[in-house]
Amino acid sequence: MSSDIRFTDFKSDKQPTWCPGCGDFGTMNGMMKALAETGNDPDNTFVVAGIGCSGKIGTYMHSYALHGVHGRALPVGTGVKMARPDIEVMVAGGDGDGYSIGAGHFVHAVRRNVDMTYVVMDNRIYGLTKGQASPTSREDFETSTSPEGPKQPPVNPHALALASGATFIAQSFSSDALRHQEIIQKAVEHDGFGFVNVYSPCVTFNDVDTYDYFRDSLVDLKEEDHDPSDKDAAKDVIFDDETEHQGIIYQDEESVPYHERHGVDEDMSVIPDGAPEGATDLVREFY
Amino acid sequence: MPADFNWAVGGEAGDGIDSTGKIFAQALSRAGRHVFTSKDFASRIRGGYTAYKVRTSVDKVQSVVDRLDVLIALTPRTIEENLDELHEGSVIIYDGERTTMQDVEIPEEMIGIDVPLKRLAEEAGGAIMRNVVALGAACEVAEFPIENLDSALEKRFSDKGQKLVDNNKEAARAGRSYVAEEYDHEFDYNLETTDEDYVLLNGDEAIGMGAIAAGCRFYAGYPITPATDVMTYLTGRIERYGGHVVQAEDELSAINMALGAARGGARSMTATSGPGIDLMTETFGLIATSETPLVICNVMRSGPSTGMPTKQEQGDLNQMLYGGHGEVPRFVLAPTTIAECFWKTVEAFNLAEKYQLPVYLTADLSMAVTEQTFSPDTFDMDEVEIDRGNVVDETTIDDHMSESGGFQPHEITDDGISPRAFPGTADGAHMSTGLEHDEQGRRTEDTEMRVEQVDKRNRKVETAREREDWSPREFGDEDADTLVVTWGSNEGALAEAVEFLADDGLDVRVLSVPYIFPRPDLSEDVEAAESVIVVECNEQGQFADLVEHDVLERVDRINKYNGVRFKADELADDIKETLAAGVEA
Repeated sequence: MSSDIRFTDFKSDKQPTWCPGCGDFGTMNGMMKALAETGNDPDNTFVVAGIGCSGKIGTYMHSYALHGVHGRALPVGTGVKMARPDIEVMVAGGDGDGYSIGAGHFVHAVRRNVDMTYVVMDNRIYGLTKGQASPTSREDFETSTSPEGPKQPPVNPHALALASGATFIAQSFSSDALRHQEIIQKAVEHDGFGFVNVYSPCVTFNDVDTYDYFRDSLVDLKEEDHDPSDKDAAKDVIFDDETEHQGIIYQDEESVPYHERHGVDEDMSVIPDGAPEGATDLVREFY
Repeated sequence: MPADFNWAVGGEAGDGIDSTGKIFAQALSRAGRHVFTSKDFASRIRGGYTAYKVRTSVDKVQSVVDRLDVLIALTPRTIEENLDELHEGSVIIYDGERTTMQDVEIPEEMIGIDVPLKRLAEEAGGAIMRNVVALGAACEVAEFPIENLDSALEKRFSDKGQKLVDNNKEAARAGRSYVAEEYDHEFDYNLETTDEDYVLLNGDEAIGMGAIAAGCRFYAGYPITPATDVMTYLTGRIERYGGHVVQAEDELSAINMALGAARGGARSMTATSGPGIDLMTETFGLIATSETPLVICNVMRSGPSTGMPTKQEQGDLNQMLYGGHGEVPRFVLAPTTIAECFWKTVEAFNLAEKYQLPVYLTADLSMAVTEQTFSPDTFDMDEVEIDRGNVVDETTIDDHMSESGGFQPHEITDDGISPRAFPGTADGAHMSTGLEHDEQGRRTEDTEMRVEQVDKRNRKVETAREREDWSPREFGDEDADTLVVTWGSNEGALAEAVEFLADDGLDVRVLSVPYIFPRPDLSEDVEAAESVIVVECNEQGQFADLVEHDVLERVDRINKYNGVRFKADELADDIKETLAAGVEA
């Protein structure tokens, strides 16, 4: 692995088909920079992507990657990391992929605290299917399938994560490039499941949660004297319905990742040419 | 026919039926006798009844029969449930002091042995050992040396202390003595012992052991009857060989975790039953089209839906062959014996990696929960061979790069098999996807590349047909006019049925098929026979349909799969060409 890795090494030769101005460009750039900054290179990195506009990210990045089934990106990442603790695993998907079809996996991936990074590109809309309500859409957000709004509260992903025992919860904004990269980098460096919800605006189908909206309303926790290790403080941020925050909301400094708890530290891709040594013991057990 | 002895212990769920039966089965196995066990769990009338049955002989036994010689009945219902199998002279051991058994009626033609199981157990150290008292009583009835029970009791209780082991041994002897003293009766049984060494295991355990032997390092699953024992077996064992088991939140997750581990380069597996396969089918196409080697074990049970979860059926054959949208190459293996569960698991891992596709390994409930004795040599670990297929490393990857310098995990090759690079291999970074893709794994809708990739994936199946041995196992009379074909776990019952038939002067030839796809070409065998019978544990005859399919007259085919629909003028030309080709031929 060479040591002079630049973030552009993580770019594939495919041109993104995202709409011009899509938040996902910024989200992806921050991911690539964070990976390069943390000393990774494409050959020791595995990116798992879900389905939707966000799911295309694996195609536009250059690394080992799997573009999977809708909503199941986290289990795939979990499997990669368990088999290959030596590989940097980053999972990316949208709000539909993570909080709707994949919500069940999100809860359990958080609980497992596998040492990987989960980036949710949250645009509060279904973009690829041309504009339907997502689980993070506002209650009164009018779409083709919810003419009067979904009439149900949006999922609070940070709260869901906290309730599931998260050890790292963060929020970033794709347009605030440096800060976004910094937050992703912290998630990559975290010993355990680094969860970052990224506001990644859809310029085509969401005229409510826009760049302007986030730029005007986001409060950075770094400037708020927020202590990420304080769970109660994190709770206050998470349940503050009045303010949109960005920054590290919660980080458990004592986090013990899955592989340490379970002693899973071997590169499982390496096996002998025959049955493993001592396999005959298994037969003897049946006497 | 084997001079067999059929024994059972039955009672309510929670009576310790399983462990009691297992102790007796192990004692017989340790005494050099062959054993074949089966379990009745759940109910024909109402919930609660459970029984563990043991068939034993000094000769090989590979099936259950409808006959019960000695029954330990802890409840009146145990007798009711088994009336069909009990016969004149059958012995029923029961505790007449147990409240529920006080008024029990032993059928006149049978021999009731009333043993105060609980009282004798209490005298030996605790009421909990009453089943062991019954085992001792059974030893006396069957003239089976009680010393053989000792090693089984030690195996079961040694981790709980020598005192408990000794108490149990004493409890067994109390049962034996009671029968010897109180019943001056000659029973017709004499369970001889031999010097043979046997191991005793069930199909799920054989699959789990096969997985470890094959180098499987990662297992993700979600508990489901009757596949759970695979996971239970691996838990705590696979770790000794550097592996890990994860209990996922559902089957959707389990198969995706297994897929992730396989992409990481691990030999990886999941096991489930029909309802789990339904969920896993979502990811099946992705596994196949991303050319990921994965072993998916389906331990079938009675469906559809929740069906009869604790009952036998081979009803998922079509699901495994055809499940999933689109056209997906896959292999389907169906081991025909418990020993084959081990070997076919090893083979499944090799096939999955050599041909880079998902392999269904299917057993069924009757095989999963049945224990059978084998010589330990049956599982000779030195015979296990590992073939990882076409894996490239830093030194060989250069031969598989595109002109622009990208690794080509879906390289178009003559045999359809492309190179595989594990993460961490320098210059091997690539995308795997459920989208149609080019040789580098990049999304494409190019009509030509689409066709090339579909053909390449299918070519792997043709290559496997040529390179591997897909033959069925044959037994019976090879010149017989009657051909009986079966698949999966029916082989044992059929092998013994052949002997029954031979006694009646009827010879049959049997083909027992462990490969469903690819499968052996049976057309010549079918055409040579006067009558052909396909035996399988389902209603529709799913394998019979395949056999019929394989001997049907062939039709010409026009297929289009480049993503564009038929056009009228093109179709007219195609038909003309096809007819012309037919005339030439």
